[in-house]
Amino acid sequence: MPRWFDALGSRLNRMSSLVITLLAVVSALVVGAVIIILSDVERLGNGEIGAAFSELATAYSALVRGSVGSLRALSETVNNSTPFIIAGVSVALAFKTGLFNIGATGQMLAGGLATTWVGFVMDGPAIVQIPLALLAGLVGGALFGAIPGVLKARTGAHEVITTIMLNYIASFTILWALDTQLFQRPDRSDPISKFVSDEAMLPKVFGFIGLGEKFPAHSGIIVALLVVAAYWWFLERSKMGFEFQAFGQNADAAEYAGMRAKRLTVVGMVVAGGIAGVAGGIEILGRYGYATQTFAGTIGFDAIAVALLGRSTPLGTMFSAILFGALQSGGREMQVETDINIDLIVVLRALIVMFIAAPLLVKAIWRVKSAQVSTGQTFKGWGS
Amino acid sequence: MSATVMLSAEQRKQSRNTGVTLIILGVISAVFFTQDGGSAGFGLTEGFTLNLSSQRFAQVLAVALVGAGAFQLYRGFGRLMNVFLATGTALFVISFLAWSASGESFNFTGMLQDTVARSVPITLGAVAGILCERSGVINIAIEGQLLFAAFTGSIVGSILNPWFGIVGAVASGVALGGLLGVLAIKYQVDQVIVGFAINFLSLGVTSFVGQRVLVTKPEYNYLTPFRPIDVPLLSDIPVIGPSMFEQNLFVYFSYVVVAATTWWMYRTRWGLRTRAIGEYPKAAGSLGVDVLKLRYRNLLIGGAVAGLGGAWWPVGAVGRFDENITGGRGFIALAAVIFGRWHPVGAFIAALVFTLAEAVRLKLGNLDTGIPSEFLLSAPYFVTLVVVAGFVGRSRAPKSVGQPYTEQ
Repeated sequence: MPRWFDALGSRLNRMSSLVITLLAVVSALVVGAVIIILSDVERLGNGEIGAAFSELATAYSALVRGSVGSLRALSETVNNSTPFIIAGVSVALAFKTGLFNIGATGQMLAGGLATTWVGFVMDGPAIVQIPLALLAGLVGGALFGAIPGVLKARTGAHEVITTIMLNYIASFTILWALDTQLFQRPDRSDPISKFVSDEAMLPKVFGFIGLGEKFPAHSGIIVALLVVAAYWWFLERSKMGFEFQAFGQNADAAEYAGMRAKRLTVVGMVVAGGIAGVAGGIEILGRYGYATQTFAGTIGFDAIAVALLGRSTPLGTMFSAILFGALQSGGREMQVETDINIDLIVVLRALIVMFIAAPLLVKAIWRVKSAQVSTGQTFKGWGS
Repeated sequence: MSATVMLSAEQRKQSRNTGVTLIILGVISAVFFTQDGGSAGFGLTEGFTLNLSSQRFAQVLAVALVGAGAFQLYRGFGRLMNVFLATGTALFVISFLAWSASGESFNFTGMLQDTVARSVPITLGAVAGILCERSGVINIAIEGQLLFAAFTGSIVGSILNPWFGIVGAVASGVALGGLLGVLAIKYQVDQVIVGFAINFLSLGVTSFVGQRVLVTKPEYNYLTPFRPIDVPLLSDIPVIGPSMFEQNLFVYFSYVVVAATTWWMYRTRWGLRTRAIGEYPKAAGSLGVDVLKLRYRNLLIGGAVAGLGGAWWPVGAVGRFDENITGGRGFIALAAVIFGRWHPVGAFIAALVFTLAEAVRLKLGNLDTGIPSEFLLSAPYFVTLVVVAGFVGRSRAPKSVGQPYTEQ
């Protein structure tokens, strides 16, 4: 069989998986619409069905306009996607190693706190301070990620339990830290940190060509893309990446081949934690400029959905993170323009994840015949 | 058990960990809890308060713990190891309480009562998880099942009456169990993905509809929760009676569910088959067990149990639904599944350990201690972390959990 034929075949296959993806998104929007209409008890009760549908139309158009409808909307989408991309890679890398990192939130908090510290003790220049601050985030996240790694390697405590517990512990520890003289803003009594120096704030990504006003996205996206590229290189080109994946797919075989399971577990969690720590640092330097107890929000948790949706591949994770970021900014616009609150976004995300994960179901609903689908397991049980 | 029995490397390590943990607890007790000379009052029953000298208690305990730890390292308690550990930890907690409450007194029995009451949703959620996982399906969706059930339970319970609220909650748990089943078993979707999707879906739908409907119609979200009912005779036992048998129906439901699941899992044919299909579905299938049907059945029953657990919030505790009211309890339940080694009684104990730490934290919040409140807040999570790492160690999951099964 000539090579071009194989190439064509695989391209068609990829096309059909794109079709499935689009149909999955459409399915999610349809179910979302049903929920919007059914929950509109006021209008349905008064029999104003037309009004309910027109609100739905306004909402969905606001969703599009708020995410990609203007330069400002696009910039908002970029800013929202950035932490999803980085934290998503953190969770994805752990999945590839056979580890389930639910602790990205805690690692983001630890990293962000370290970044904040470097951010306010120094005062520029940017070229030194920003890398140092992000490095501190990396180290903070890595140290915090090391805890579940070491616990699993030394005692066998499952990372699902330990990372969940550490998320709570991190959120209370940061609350304590923000109350200390070291971190707390002098004129405040609530737990909020000092501002990082102006030099430490990430510059606008298109600031150098004078687009900083029109397109105010910060340059964290560049870091995010670098993280994706590094993740790709790590998986495809590095020896350790190969070991990680071998260990993730079959721990026994990997161990038999001479790889050291405990070391891989610890290193995997340290690396995943470090990446999540950078995500926390980016949020501080790009968005807030200071730390609070809740600056990480639900990003670390949503990142699990991002990684699952992207099947833990570099590009897949990046695109699903962008989709999540776009929904986020669109959802804000929707909440402003209609009575529909932004929690709808959580519903839509869940449905998209569900439908994309269930290609067989999407095929059955839309009666698509040809498309090939792959099913695989992300997480190999609880380990023994 | 004689000391000559050969132990595997794993067991030796665990036995060593246990010994070291005991000694560490003893040293902490000796260094910190002997600082203060006052005595603490543990209110046990009405009119009877046990006064403990925190210093003396800590001294005795420290010696006992270090001694026990050393013996564990030297000879090993063998089968009694876990009993010593549990006792040691419980005494350690009491010593900690005596130290922090020194000079004051508080209602100890009330604290235990609170512990048992709060354990209900975690226990039921964990039993739901066990039912699914023993049959070979990972259930990460416990949180979502609890949350959705709490939501439905509150609405149905407010419109009709609390009993119907329970029915509604159970029905919604079953529905989500069915959804998990259809996607995981029929469409063979990655079970972790489905589980997380269900969690997000529940969070999204309940928050979204809650904001859209319940905010404008508060009468759909208001009901009178169950009151405690004393069990005759049993509730007269000092300390244990009030803490375990002066509770509302949900606590008794959870006892029944734990007992029934244990019996069912180890004493019935259905339970045996469930355990078989979670370990070697192919072998069970070749012997004529309908693997897929049995998995569906377990998922639906698990959903019902989780639904009952979710009903605890509106019907058994607060009388309404709030956004994300479960606040991660489903994940604590997931931890309890692993911590309890996939056994209902183990899960129940795990839930109690967590809620005891939480009750201690709530109590200490009222007492004036020197500890920053943020560290007290993280105590339940910290205790779970230490217990899982130090005591439980590597637990063995059902072998085929998470793998889809195709009929040959």
